[in-house]
Amino acid sequence: MFRFLRLLGQHVLESLQTLGRASVLWVMALWGLPKLADVPLAIKQVYSIGVLSLVIIILSAFSIGAVISLQFYTQLVRFGAESTVGLGVALTVLRELGPVVTALLFAGRAGSAITAEIGLMKTTEQLSSMEMMGVDPLHRIVAPRLWAGFFCLPILTVIFSVVAILGGALVAVDWLGVSAGSFWSGMRDGVLIGRDIGNGMIKAVIFAVVVTWIAVFQGYDTVPTAEGIGEATTRTVVYSSIAILALDFVLTLVMFGDFN
Amino acid sequence: MRRLNRCLRLKLSFNSGISGPSALFNLIEVRDLHYARGERVIFNGLNLDVPRGEITAIMGPSGTGKTTLLRIIGGQVRPDHGKVLVDGQDVCALSRRDLLELRRSMGMLFQSSALFTDLTVYENVAFPLRVHTDLEERLVRNIVLMKLNSVGLRGARDLLPSQLSGGMARRVALARAIALDPHLIMYDEPFTGQDPIAMGVLLTLIKGLNESLGMTSLLVSHDIHETVSIADKIYVIADGEVVAYGSPDVLKNHSSARIQQFMHGSPDGPVPFHYPADELEFDLLGSP
Repeated sequence: MFRFLRLLGQHVLESLQTLGRASVLWVMALWGLPKLADVPLAIKQVYSIGVLSLVIIILSAFSIGAVISLQFYTQLVRFGAESTVGLGVALTVLRELGPVVTALLFAGRAGSAITAEIGLMKTTEQLSSMEMMGVDPLHRIVAPRLWAGFFCLPILTVIFSVVAILGGALVAVDWLGVSAGSFWSGMRDGVLIGRDIGNGMIKAVIFAVVVTWIAVFQGYDTVPTAEGIGEATTRTVVYSSIAILALDFVLTLVMFGDFN
Repeated sequence: MRRLNRCLRLKLSFNSGISGPSALFNLIEVRDLHYARGERVIFNGLNLDVPRGEITAIMGPSGTGKTTLLRIIGGQVRPDHGKVLVDGQDVCALSRRDLLELRRSMGMLFQSSALFTDLTVYENVAFPLRVHTDLEERLVRNIVLMKLNSVGLRGARDLLPSQLSGGMARRVALARAIALDPHLIMYDEPFTGQDPIAMGVLLTLIKGLNESLGMTSLLVSHDIHETVSIADKIYVIADGEVVAYGSPDVLKNHSSARIQQFMHGSPDGPVPFHYPADELEFDLLGSP
């Protein structure tokens, strides 16, 4: 019993230490506004973690939109309510699947890449050499990736949502024969800009902060060995996924939990 | 231009921040240094001085903390106790910002070369110039080509680090380390893994750069013959302390059997060949 309590206490203390280190990294990296000279570094990162994620985001979005549309149709057509397929697809994508799936894909594609890159730079002493040249790696390496992550994920979420809805429309309207007018008008009447689109974007911004933070911290805090990089990369994907799903439940409860 | 001025001011202040008479002679002074990693004591009251303009070598068996000492001097590792004065400034007491400023006047050659793998040789050498100065591109180009020429790799400017041999990478890293004409350059095991030709080139470069640029060099190595051939003074550290100090000739004729074993590379002696273990027959035949 005492052994269990001791191990639990030790684990809690280690977790708090890690959280402390991650918070210090966050504050030191983002201290002060980004300088003009740092913009090219951030743009390079926007390309590498944002633009290069476009393919997987678009393909996944189209596929998910098409599947949701098909599933909605097969159920709703039994009640003669197939005209609400557009609204169902839009609400599902804008409120939940858009921010959540984009963040999960982002963690797997870009988050792991950020961790591996920073971890490898640490292992090959590139971060140390930068420090010894009087260059702060937190500003030069970490900050541009953080800013790029904050910027890219919400935009990728918008792209995901648009493509998913178009995929849903293609299946429902062009293949299953749902009226285009009812598909789009149902969506226009039922979707609220603030409640649905706004809350979805708030989720995307929060997920962007969390995923990018986890990714850069795991890279910076990695044990500088090949095995250490592998473990850090895995932790990025696992921790990010858990954080996204847990936060999504809490945020959904706060945003849409007015059941009365 | 403002950043160039700041850089030049820093260079001037590097020589004017002297706090005591000994600092006039010594660029680095380490006093009563204690550092432990977990249960393992790395330094136990270490003291040493690095005179200005000389090549000082730190030698010792593997695992004695030679690289750690360089990292402590560079402010990358904080000791548990003691003072590390670089040009009169206590590295352990400096803020992160002041430390980064101080490091602009230091160069360090890492064991792994630590070149930025996404940049070409040219861009690697230009990196500190671009970050710390506002020099025009034409001037940056001239400086980079001169530095690369001094290490014999002007023709390799467009190669990526992955296209370089180990010796070439070390020379590019050296060119990058001297890009801002530092007053102090620290070498971490520069000869490890080098073929005889590359080793000869590095020896010539280290000696030549020290003399031509008037730098102070601190060299960490356990390659005895190479180090002895260029060092002015050598510290031998073991068990967390300095166990011998002097010119190469003094150390070669040192009375201590331990220093003799180290200087001549004898496999057995005061430092045993075998890691502590039970008797061999016990291990093979089992306990009696």
